[in-house]
Amino acid sequence: MKQLTILSGKGGTGKTSITACFAVLAKNAVVADCDVDAPDLHMLLHPEVIETQQFKGAKVAVINEEKCVKCGLCKEKCAFDAITNDLKVDAIACEGCGVCTVVCPVNAVELVERISGTAYISKIKYGYMAHALLNPGESNSGRLVTLVRENAKTTAQKEKCDIVIIDGSPGIGCPVIASITGVDAALVVTEPTLSGIHDLKRALKLLDHFKVVSFVCINMYDVNVDNTNKILSFCRENGIEGFGIIPFDPIVTESMVNGKTVIEYSPESGVSKEIESMWNKLYKRLL
Amino acid sequence: MIISVASGKGGTGKTLVSVNMSLSIGKVQLLDCDVEEPNDHLLLNPHIYKTEPVFNLIPRIDEELCTHCGTCSKFCQFNAIFVSSDQALLFPEMCVSCGGCAIVCPEKAITLEKHKIGVIKFGSVENLALVYGELEVGKPMAVPIIKAVKKQIERSENVILDSPPGTSCPFVETVRDSDFCLLVTEPTPFGLHDLKISIEVLRRIGIPFGVVVNRAGVGDKKVYEYCEQENIRILLEIPYQRRIAELYSKGIPFSSEMMEWEEKFRALHKEIAELTQK
Repeated sequence: MKQLTILSGKGGTGKTSITACFAVLAKNAVVADCDVDAPDLHMLLHPEVIETQQFKGAKVAVINEEKCVKCGLCKEKCAFDAITNDLKVDAIACEGCGVCTVVCPVNAVELVERISGTAYISKIKYGYMAHALLNPGESNSGRLVTLVRENAKTTAQKEKCDIVIIDGSPGIGCPVIASITGVDAALVVTEPTLSGIHDLKRALKLLDHFKVVSFVCINMYDVNVDNTNKILSFCRENGIEGFGIIPFDPIVTESMVNGKTVIEYSPESGVSKEIESMWNKLYKRLL
Repeated sequence: MIISVASGKGGTGKTLVSVNMSLSIGKVQLLDCDVEEPNDHLLLNPHIYKTEPVFNLIPRIDEELCTHCGTCSKFCQFNAIFVSSDQALLFPEMCVSCGGCAIVCPEKAITLEKHKIGVIKFGSVENLALVYGELEVGKPMAVPIIKAVKKQIERSENVILDSPPGTSCPFVETVRDSDFCLLVTEPTPFGLHDLKISIEVLRRIGIPFGVVVNRAGVGDKKVYEYCEQENIRILLEIPYQRRIAELYSKGIPFSSEMMEWEEKFRALHKEIAELTQK
């Protein structure tokens, strides 16, 4: 079984739209939506949930008001400013590290488990999907990404799917790192803007740091052809394979509005043709 | 007044709004809190006059003093220390720098050492003071750098914070303590879905907010319907225009080429000021 992650660095370049098309083209894949704090893939793939799991992320500190002697040591030692001036726990800022529980002279603080989100395994028309939803304002998205990936892997083994396609989140921090460790390859989707180029380079550096083979695809290439050429020559100079150049086409948004992937909604469009040829090349390289 | 500019979905136009509003309102401090992928400087070409390192504290275990009792490992909620019968192993990428292991170690074998995880940079363009953070590639923790950027806030000034995408810790850390949060969205199903999550978080932490619809004209009308139902103000609409997209792609703030927008961003800022005073 192979694992492919779709990344971008910059948000909004088209990761999810492309991932959803790949799911359709792969026919028997497990798709993992690892953008757990703003997941969108379900709106194109319409999963039917088979299994639901509660995600217990970090714990949270709770102060027993009756025991508390208001000494303020917990506030002083907290590295996350999670104890307010009137010595209450700010649950959103609390990392659940437990320092307050050990510095409290009267044992008035304890760590309790909290439910930080929900993970799902679902059936989709074209295979299976592992996804999740982090509760609003909760931290620890990295751990939830790891759980989604484990679910995707076990489902792929059970259902004999030969590929796991992972939709990552923007950025290069903890949830992104959790979505690329140990994968066979990554496709970075970029756009020909200065921001897109800047963020692509940082994403590629991250993939290189974790020794992941990377491919690049330029979405909406015709918005700025000069920048597209710059990205292509950057890829050539750095020995990175360019895997697709997708034109700007309002059909992509239109298909999203209709709850469909562009491949299903408009199979004959230039966008669909390019994504299909990209997938065929990628699939050959992976297996 | 501190305004944060955020969005659940990435690529909806946070940077576009932050930069153009900052350039339209006179003296301002713009803080780019998207430390994983900072972009504001690409549109501003500021003169960078100072760069400061940002550190977090990672334990160092003195093997001479360590008795491998395992107390630190038992304490650590993040599995950042593994202790066997003859060795203590540290996984710095798991460490959140709480410092608890050093407190619980009965042998005082653990000290905390500074590790560089990124930088913050200071720049300026005319009336605009820019501060932005840059997480070192490969380091997972963005929040300490966001905190370092936010330490530079000058409360007496007009401050604009450009938030990273998403709705989890980096977003929460950025918008905390701001007077108003401007949520930039696009009129598509993805834009609406992620807007709703952001609003849930902002309601939970109690920050007033309003919406900017970018790329107006594409997609559908559901963002508008939702805002009307929920009584949420749409403070500005930026139409989808090829010219705006092209200028952005070249790193040119569109309000400097399409002058009528300078006035619109000034009016937006003024309206937010009035809303927060009520």
